[in-house]
Amino acid sequence: MSLRAKCAIAGLGMTKMGKNYDHPNATGFAIEAIQLALADAGLERSDIDGLLVNPGITWMDNPMLSVALQQAMGLENLRLTALMQLGGATAAAMVMHAAQSIAAGMANVVACVFADAPLRPPAPKTEKGSNGGGSAAAYGFARGLDAAYGQFGVNAEYALVARRHMHLYGTTNDHLGEIAVAQRAWANLNPQAQFYGHPMNMADYHSSRWVVEPFHLYDCCLVSNGAVCVIVTSAERAKDLNQPPVYILGMGQGHPGGEVMDTLTSGAPLAKQTAFRMAEVELKDIDLCQFYDCYTFTVLVTLEDYGFCRKGEGGAFVEGGRIAPQGVLPVNTGGGELSSFYMWGMTPLSEGVIQIRGEGGKRQVPKHDLCLVSGNGGVLVTHSTLVLGSKP
Amino acid sequence: MAETTKPIPRVTPELAPFFEAGKHGQLVVQKCESCGTLRFPPRPLCSRCLSPHAVWTPVSGRGEVYSFNVMHQVYHPGFAPEIPLAVVVIKLEEGAKMLSNLVGIKPHEIKCGMPVEVVFERLSDEVTLPKFRPVR
Repeated sequence: MSLRAKCAIAGLGMTKMGKNYDHPNATGFAIEAIQLALADAGLERSDIDGLLVNPGITWMDNPMLSVALQQAMGLENLRLTALMQLGGATAAAMVMHAAQSIAAGMANVVACVFADAPLRPPAPKTEKGSNGGGSAAAYGFARGLDAAYGQFGVNAEYALVARRHMHLYGTTNDHLGEIAVAQRAWANLNPQAQFYGHPMNMADYHSSRWVVEPFHLYDCCLVSNGAVCVIVTSAERAKDLNQPPVYILGMGQGHPGGEVMDTLTSGAPLAKQTAFRMAEVELKDIDLCQFYDCYTFTVLVTLEDYGFCRKGEGGAFVEGGRIAPQGVLPVNTGGGELSSFYMWGMTPLSEGVIQIRGEGGKRQVPKHDLCLVSGNGGVLVTHSTLVLGSKP
Repeated sequence: MAETTKPIPRVTPELAPFFEAGKHGQLVVQKCESCGTLRFPPRPLCSRCLSPHAVWTPVSGRGEVYSFNVMHQVYHPGFAPEIPLAVVVIKLEEGAKMLSNLVGIKPHEIKCGMPVEVVFERLSDEVTLPKFRPVR
């Protein structure tokens, strides 16, 4: 039995992103996003019978988090719940789990939510030093012997993989900068983006400080407080709700194992195979892409791994504004994690929903019937693919 | 001593043979007794054949720079005087890879593929850390 177009995304809820201190913790943001998604879909709290939760970096302390969130939100009689954690691949994986469950008759309306709150309000001026929040505090951990060598944080791990790619294939910071500049241009068409109103050119990219070479500041994603919720239901039910259904045409995952630095390849080829077969589409059919972009480099590898170009040719592919507004392949049309907001896999997924519905405003892509959405977790170790469509 | 020192690794039971060998100027990695695959850092099982039987085996200490980054942010005050600091992945000539630092070279002179050899830096009575230097 194919699950092609059996289910749809019927609701999208997004809190304000970035330096948003409306709630003291991720739970508050999560509940707000779920309420927004219900209102968007035209559903009631009591309609929810499935709750899937992907906790961000500051929300990982409770191994039974989805039950805690159920209690906090007063949800009753759930038929499905789980905490899911594949890093940035989780958002799409939650949609898959929801769609499978709905198609199997095990649930009807499933809320999939991500929330995080790594940023703290500015400290009073009398206090000196850091307020303890932000990227370095949340993502600057070291494993095993790494700390003894000064290797801290996810940035440093990705930097090692990016450098290897540069060595083998001649990829340069100009190539990475093309991606950063393209996405910033998209963000400046998106009033919700954290970098809206902050244009950036190639000179700005090159003069931004090094975080960890070969990554400049603008090679690295933002850090955001907030939450995103999508509501998945059957395609039949979605037709009767407020929004045009965003049909889930294809779904797949790929987790290659082994040493990433040896292959420089993500799980995209494996995930794509499953998802494209289900969706009955080929790469040339895709109108636009929303790719997981924790780093510019991640976008480059993802373009290669889906087959838009050959391995090692991602740098040449993005030259000349090919993925920028007015380029031939629209990628990360809201500005992505680099320039809009960082809600892990919900950043590409939410923009995919917005574009398929045609709600992108100034950034709306004219042809938006088939959108490829990717999720990626760890250092290219988990991958998820969704093919979303405007028609069943 | 007023300055903040760099973090000194804990000598866990898993890593004790590694640090013991280091004290004597020898670089060792784990070797699967069943299929011969080398591995570092240590793991309880061979991920290739799943054998739990492994020995620590000396390696030449020669290898090449497989990849590297250059850290510009201070995550630990002990490293502040060394920033920008290159962290390198060394591919040993026997095949295993390990994270390390290079000595005797500036970060921007480092290249992937550069041949290197092990040197040892004593951090405490218990911990001597392998680092690498370019082979001239």
